[in-house]
Amino acid sequence: MLNKKPDDIRDSEITDKHLYLNRRSFMRGAALAATTVGTGLLYRRLNPPPAETPKGEKFSGFAKPTSEAGLGAGFTVNEKLTPLEDIINYNNFYEFSTDKGSVASESKGFLTKPWTVSVEGLVNKPRTFDLDELLSFPLEERVYRLRCVEGWSMVIPWIGFPLARLLEEVEPTEQARYVAFQTLYDPKRMPNQRTGVLDWPYVEGLRLDEAKHPLTILATGLYGETLPPQDGAPIRLVVPWKYGFKSIKSIVKIQLGADEPPATWNIQAPNEYGFYSNVNPNVPHPRWSQARERRIGEFRMRETLMFNGYGEQVAHLYAGMDLKRYF
Amino acid sequence: MKDTRFSKLLLFINGLVPFVLLLWDVYRKQVGANPLEFVTRTTGMLTLIFLMITLALTPVRKITGLYWIVKFRRMVGLYAFFYGTLHLVTYLWFDRFFNLSSIAGDIGQRPFIAIGMTAFFLMVPLAITSTNKMVKRLGGKRWARLHKLVYVAGAGGVIHYWMLVKSDKRLPLTFGFILLLLIGHRLFIKFYPPESQATQTSFIPRE
Repeated sequence: MLNKKPDDIRDSEITDKHLYLNRRSFMRGAALAATTVGTGLLYRRLNPPPAETPKGEKFSGFAKPTSEAGLGAGFTVNEKLTPLEDIINYNNFYEFSTDKGSVASESKGFLTKPWTVSVEGLVNKPRTFDLDELLSFPLEERVYRLRCVEGWSMVIPWIGFPLARLLEEVEPTEQARYVAFQTLYDPKRMPNQRTGVLDWPYVEGLRLDEAKHPLTILATGLYGETLPPQDGAPIRLVVPWKYGFKSIKSIVKIQLGADEPPATWNIQAPNEYGFYSNVNPNVPHPRWSQARERRIGEFRMRETLMFNGYGEQVAHLYAGMDLKRYF
Repeated sequence: MKDTRFSKLLLFINGLVPFVLLLWDVYRKQVGANPLEFVTRTTGMLTLIFLMITLALTPVRKITGLYWIVKFRRMVGLYAFFYGTLHLVTYLWFDRFFNLSSIAGDIGQRPFIAIGMTAFFLMVPLAITSTNKMVKRLGGKRWARLHKLVYVAGAGGVIHYWMLVKSDKRLPLTFGFILLLLIGHRLFIKFYPPESQATQTSFIPRE
């Protein structure tokens, strides 16, 4: 009686072969769906698409550069503007994140009110400006190329005023030869300052004649609106003929002095980032060429221009200097 | 996990998920302001991740006794090669437009490019000899020796990444740490073989 089934299992309790196979393919389908979705979510988590950012406040009154005179002075360029979306979602701002795509989301809600900028050092009238005072300088639009030391570039319609105007207010003394700038240091508001990726606070500097040059501005907005946090709110420097990292963001202190001030990237790697850091296609970065650049939004590479195309306006500042040595 | 064929299919499809999502993002223009950089970084990262998983399978098997996972090593390794190829092609095509002199100049100026390419070309013979036929033709011992190159490729990939980062070295350091851990485990086993496995020094895939 080998074929006899045990009495305690009735025929009706044995799972039908058809059902058994069905269950198996159902489990397989479930495993496939679950792991695929899991992998997809993990990928999305590790490699998130760009975030949306809220709009800034509109500026009502600012002067636009007239085309002829503006072009000659370098106040505007005849080149296609980089879309706002790219300008506010592709940022180097290590105080928030070292990932250019994450700065926008990490800096969301950054508080810029109240804000003061103290201007001190070798000046006759040291003074602390609050944001409203800074915004009461006559604002104008400047359309500048921005060339990052990493090899990409943008064209940005800034709103701001010449740094020279601010310096007039404080009257630099005879001894003043350099201007030092400092970014806010507040790890509660700039969370990545808790890491040691750079020496905080971020500092930068210019020679006084560079600082007084009409192209050098303090920007408070772009595309007709106040600066979003990721682009250096509420006030930043813009020096269009130098690599982007010279244009220090979210400034709280400006100090005039007699000696060359420290500069963060220069401290980080003195052989890679010089104090001057003028855009120069002939002086390669030790790890890559600076001869070409990718304009954001363009497919082909562009030739990088000497002084980022502002040679006519600024070359005289460096007459007689060996720019390979003072890179 | 006795159902190897289905498990492999599962792995195959999951390995393609990042690729499909990346294509989808490119198609919808959701790759940020600098698409080339986004695609290059993503494929590079995937290459390193799959390389690390490949290298991790043997130690994990030895530690946990889950013998069956090594059956997936070849496919994971081939995925590392697949994403590595995409990474290289992205660079050659969209960064250099297949311009040979520009590529040669770039290798001279950016040593990390040279190291990355070396690491990639070390993976080529491994991918070619990944079939069962090739294992037989080479003989198990020679095959196993050749495939130690994967450690060199892994180290090359990590150094390549470490050299190109400007200042935030945390991620490349993490990869480096994982790699050292995996190599360390292998050396440890070599010098202090556990008695039960003393005779079995390396695993050669067979089906």
